[in-house]
Amino acid sequence: MIERSLQALQQALAAKEISSVELTQLYLERIAQHNPQLNAYITVDPASSLARARAADAQLARGDGGPLTGIPIAHKDIFCSRGWLTTCGSKMLSNFVSPYDAAVIARFETAGAVLLGKTNMDEFAMGSSNETSFYGPVKNPWNDSCVPGGSSGGSAAAVAARLAPAATGTDTGGSIRQPAALCNLTGMKPSYGVVSRYGMIAFASSLDQAGPLARSAADCALLLNAMAGFDERDSTSLDRPAEDYSRELQTGAGEKPLAGFKIGLPEEFFGDGCSPEVMQLVEAAITEYRRLGAETVAVSLPSTHLSVAAYYVIAPAEASSNLARFDGVRYGYRAPQYRDLNELYSKSRAQGFGAEVKRRILIGTYVLSHGYYDAYYLQAQRIRRLIADDFAKAFEQCDVILGPTSPSTAFKLGEKAADPVQMYLSDIYTIAVNLAGLPAISLPCGFAGGLPAGLQLIGNYFTESRLLNVAHRYQQISSWHLQRPGGFA
Amino acid sequence: MSLTLEQVHRVAHLARIEISDHEAASTLGHLNGIFALIEEMQAVDTQGVAPMAHAQDLAQRLRADRVSESATIEQRAAFQAIAPETEAGLYLVPKVIE
Repeated sequence: MIERSLQALQQALAAKEISSVELTQLYLERIAQHNPQLNAYITVDPASSLARARAADAQLARGDGGPLTGIPIAHKDIFCSRGWLTTCGSKMLSNFVSPYDAAVIARFETAGAVLLGKTNMDEFAMGSSNETSFYGPVKNPWNDSCVPGGSSGGSAAAVAARLAPAATGTDTGGSIRQPAALCNLTGMKPSYGVVSRYGMIAFASSLDQAGPLARSAADCALLLNAMAGFDERDSTSLDRPAEDYSRELQTGAGEKPLAGFKIGLPEEFFGDGCSPEVMQLVEAAITEYRRLGAETVAVSLPSTHLSVAAYYVIAPAEASSNLARFDGVRYGYRAPQYRDLNELYSKSRAQGFGAEVKRRILIGTYVLSHGYYDAYYLQAQRIRRLIADDFAKAFEQCDVILGPTSPSTAFKLGEKAADPVQMYLSDIYTIAVNLAGLPAISLPCGFAGGLPAGLQLIGNYFTESRLLNVAHRYQQISSWHLQRPGGFA
Repeated sequence: MSLTLEQVHRVAHLARIEISDHEAASTLGHLNGIFALIEEMQAVDTQGVAPMAHAQDLAQRLRADRVSESATIEQRAAFQAIAPETEAGLYLVPKVIE
């Protein structure tokens, strides 16, 4: 049962082969058994999950279930969930039981999915290794001395170890795609504006976007169908016609399903920055894509080498503003002792935030302060435009852009924790996509030293369906995505 | 460029994050490492390039100015149930004006 696709699970539920309660129970037992080793979940609430499963079973019995009815889904602990502890991986919100549902949570509930639990994450989604969480690091199921990636590391580890059929994540600079790559999953960051950010605790509002983490592109398509859609409560939500993101997956395959497709290979993604083992696997995948009928063309993204620099101005600037709301007054952590209002703020924030979050707030406060705004913030926004223009030019020559997701396989726990800059550079291939607001997907492309590597496909705005199809075609002729880490049978 | 210890204290004050001298010293090293990375931007000529704040060019949507569900007493009670300290529907903080 734990190896079945979401579609196969739905068929099993519809055929009464298994009930939602039984399926949920199965995963709750797996969580109880394996989570102490992985630390992938922050909160599980069996009573609440099983109540939802019973409701789903009633819906299925009436015969009016949808594609996700009765299927347990894990959610990153960044999504506010009514009645659930919602911590965002921080001491600041370690007592925050949300009084409302995020749009993503509500949409999954409407779809009849079962909320299986809330997954661990880097504090306020700031990190690439899940080591900044107040709840401790998550271990990579493929090697528990390695990180699962971040910031959606708990969601990735949970799905990889079969402690959830699928999960949600958020991606501000690579936080869905990089953990997907490091845990052998398929993960998609949709175009900015496709999924509502309402109730998704804000990090960098112009970059944050929610998306699915699953074991295949086909599963991601079903999840995105539930997640995407206009929401008037998010001022950047786009009012676009609804679409079925799995529609291209169902079209006839044939010998060369990608005939006529042009895959752009940016020279900047195939240089020195990537480890030779990962590069070899990416090159092998390119050969497979040619077999599927795709043509490859050389493209250039000359400004993308500046993306990490521009990102570490823009994201902290927005974070410093967004995180100003955590002041110990209306919700969240309040310091036990203070003499006046200023001390209430400064002690609550000093004690409630971890080191990485404080660093980013300080960077953001600095680059927005008088005298530095033009040199840093405006310059970063101009470079952001250059990066977006690079992609626009490249997409005149190709349909999708391909490269590695992460420059290496999973690194060791603690290896980069003391050096923020080294940690930041693990996102060199993913960050530019967020700056431009484009959709991208990471999918498994092989193993090096027993650890998985990921391939990234980047599309033009609103081409999620095409990206999912291009990923799906590769998954029909490869079996990397079907591999399961040892010890989690 | 690099920051001074005094600037770290100043920025921490602006951000309302209490910081000890010891923390400020270690933070200074990390921040200067990050700013060395950011400096790479400064060599780029961006004259005439329009700043990009957002991925989509959108106008802010407007809504009617009317009472919504979030303005009910029940809603207030639900939201204040998780507050550190409230009284009579108000959030309590230390006295600001004598």
